[in-house]
Amino acid sequence: MIDFLMRIANLCRKELLTILKDPATRAILVAPALLQSLVFGYGATYDLTNVPYALLDQSRNGASSELIAHLDSTGVFHRVATLRSQADIREVIDTEQALLVLQIPANFEQQLSAGQTTTIQLILDARNSNTAGSAAGYVSAVVERYNAELRARAGAPPSPLVIESRAWFNPNLETRWNLLPGMIAALSMLQTLLLTALSVAREREQGTFDQLLVTPMSPLEIMIGKALPPVLVGLVQSSLILLVALFWFRIPMAGSLLTLYTGLVFFTVASVGIGLSISAVSANMQQAMLYAFVLLMPLMLLSGLTTPVRNMPHALQVATLANPLRFAIDLVQRVYLEGVGLGTVWHNLIPLAVIAAITLPLAAWLFRNRLV
Amino acid sequence: MNGFRSRLVSLTRKEFRQLLRDRSNLAIGILLPMVLILIFGYGMSLDVKNAPVAVVMEDASPTAHEAIAGLQLSPTIAPILLGSMHDAEALMQERKVDGIVRVPADFSRALAAGNARVQLIVHGSDAGRASIIKAYVSGALAQAGVRQADRNGNAAGAPPAGSVAIEQRMWFNAANTSTWYLVPGLIVLIMTLVGAFLTALVMAREWERGTLEALFVTPVRPVEILLAKIIPYFAVGMLGLTLCLLSARYLFAVPMYGSLLVVVFSSMLYLIVAVSLGLVISSVTRNQFLASQVALIATFMPSMMLSGFLFDLRNVPTAVRVVGHLLPATYFMDLIKTLFLAGDVWPLIWRNCAILLAYAVGLLLVARAVTRKSLD
Repeated sequence: MIDFLMRIANLCRKELLTILKDPATRAILVAPALLQSLVFGYGATYDLTNVPYALLDQSRNGASSELIAHLDSTGVFHRVATLRSQADIREVIDTEQALLVLQIPANFEQQLSAGQTTTIQLILDARNSNTAGSAAGYVSAVVERYNAELRARAGAPPSPLVIESRAWFNPNLETRWNLLPGMIAALSMLQTLLLTALSVAREREQGTFDQLLVTPMSPLEIMIGKALPPVLVGLVQSSLILLVALFWFRIPMAGSLLTLYTGLVFFTVASVGIGLSISAVSANMQQAMLYAFVLLMPLMLLSGLTTPVRNMPHALQVATLANPLRFAIDLVQRVYLEGVGLGTVWHNLIPLAVIAAITLPLAAWLFRNRLV
Repeated sequence: MNGFRSRLVSLTRKEFRQLLRDRSNLAIGILLPMVLILIFGYGMSLDVKNAPVAVVMEDASPTAHEAIAGLQLSPTIAPILLGSMHDAEALMQERKVDGIVRVPADFSRALAAGNARVQLIVHGSDAGRASIIKAYVSGALAQAGVRQADRNGNAAGAPPAGSVAIEQRMWFNAANTSTWYLVPGLIVLIMTLVGAFLTALVMAREWERGTLEALFVTPVRPVEILLAKIIPYFAVGMLGLTLCLLSARYLFAVPMYGSLLVVVFSSMLYLIVAVSLGLVISSVTRNQFLASQVALIATFMPSMMLSGFLFDLRNVPTAVRVVGHLLPATYFMDLIKTLFLAGDVWPLIWRNCAILLAYAVGLLLVARAVTRKSLD
């Protein structure tokens, strides 16, 4: 038993040395995780802060100025052009000078003062339908406030209905609050998987793996010795991103660290298992990396990090059951934002354990029974 | 000149063989683009359609039902009628619903008195989705409120108030579906992947194994080595482009309003940029692991997150916008989206193509410089 542990400890030490001895590799294990969590934390936002718009006022008498003042006072909308005719709309939208054009009809004032409904046109650049949809929502909210004011001025009774809205777990509905917890799992997987995929492949390519096989170490010991160091690296990376989320972006964590790390350990072991299996199948480093990458892309895209799993067609939702990242992101987001305990998210651990239980022994078996 | 051509031809032939011999290269050149096309076309959607929302009717009167009628027939949300708040909160905890609308017990009485309240709670775990649902539900309920106000006003003999309605037109994306901009964006991702990532990896391997130094002692010049590396990966990239264009057209029916010629030309330009970037990365790192990581972090991740693919660059903080505008992918993304959905907008095409051309020339010069340096 002591021998067993000693051998594993020695192999772990050697692996950690391989990973950490090169300063460039050391840097690449820390800097990108920090940099990406900062840049994406700021950059990944669906909230609108700057919407350039153009105005086409056919009423030409300034009656619309009140409505426009409402729009400008939001601080989100900035007028970049004042158009003279409908023919000008095409150019400002085509060249992306303006995200939207507001067209005020000629009889705007007459209709309003007659107590009628006047229709303004809102033309949106929907090359990104998401941004366009949000901008349209912002404009309607402004118009609604203006309408309420018109009613009050005309002496009509105000709307008898008040909507009190609240958001659970993310009071200001900031995209960053969802994204950063997700990245605790996603960014560390990106690197641990590539790192592990290389570990056996590198030794294969350099011929040192055969030397390892003739040592007294059993495949099980080699597997554990190869798996532990990247698990550690992955957990360190997750912790870095967690620190950025907590102390730089100050996103409050509702759940317990213990629950979070329990989930992360299961997840990292499963990722490392996948990486080791890839590594054991590959003949050289290049193959290992390419296979890892071919696998990583769908895993990232079908994880719910950028688009919700529920929006996917049924067949793909079934396919995500084999995706460790999907369960990890669900677990981390819920523990972090919703503060749930293991009792609620334990079901996420089962698929992770199953993936680890299949891939790790498979890797160990593949060490001796080479396919290539 | 003759020597140049024969050397280039034989080197290129060697590169093609090297590329085709290894199945993993084909996996990334052909299999991955196909998988990505299917995932992006079918799997990814940012649209909110039929989002489940619990509607708790503590007041079951016809007035209350009329107030929420606007929620029933919408394509955006799918209301689930419930009797108690307790059930709704349980569903929300399990993330089975995206939001709760609560109509309190005294609703119809309060509505008549002019001070009714409806509670709306959204699940913030997906902020973008929650905002859309919030805006939609608020809008529908506000309309019901105004209708009721008019009714109260008419009864009291108040004068009618004017109001502004919005007629909304979504240019370039009449179907209002995210597939229309995700699929063109995919072309950028695949070009980046094949160009930068695959090239960086293959070249770094030659550095790491020392086979590139072996090439240097032969009469071939660095330019020829670079050209011979560029040509095969350029071909793989063009294959990826063809797959994307075919599937955009025949699988997902994404319209293409611009001319095919401009699409192909600008894609070729960007592919040269991506391949040169891959060559520079590999020559600087000279190590497969580092090259793959740098290629991933410097090209692929940002072209997905910072090029305006998912998030609008106009709305991010200045520092991030600057980073975004340093990436060649941003200009290609802008160009390809416009070409697909808007048409040939020449001022935009000239500007972005000029920028891409500048990147291509600059990066090729850098690649040449770093490759030559190692000769001495």
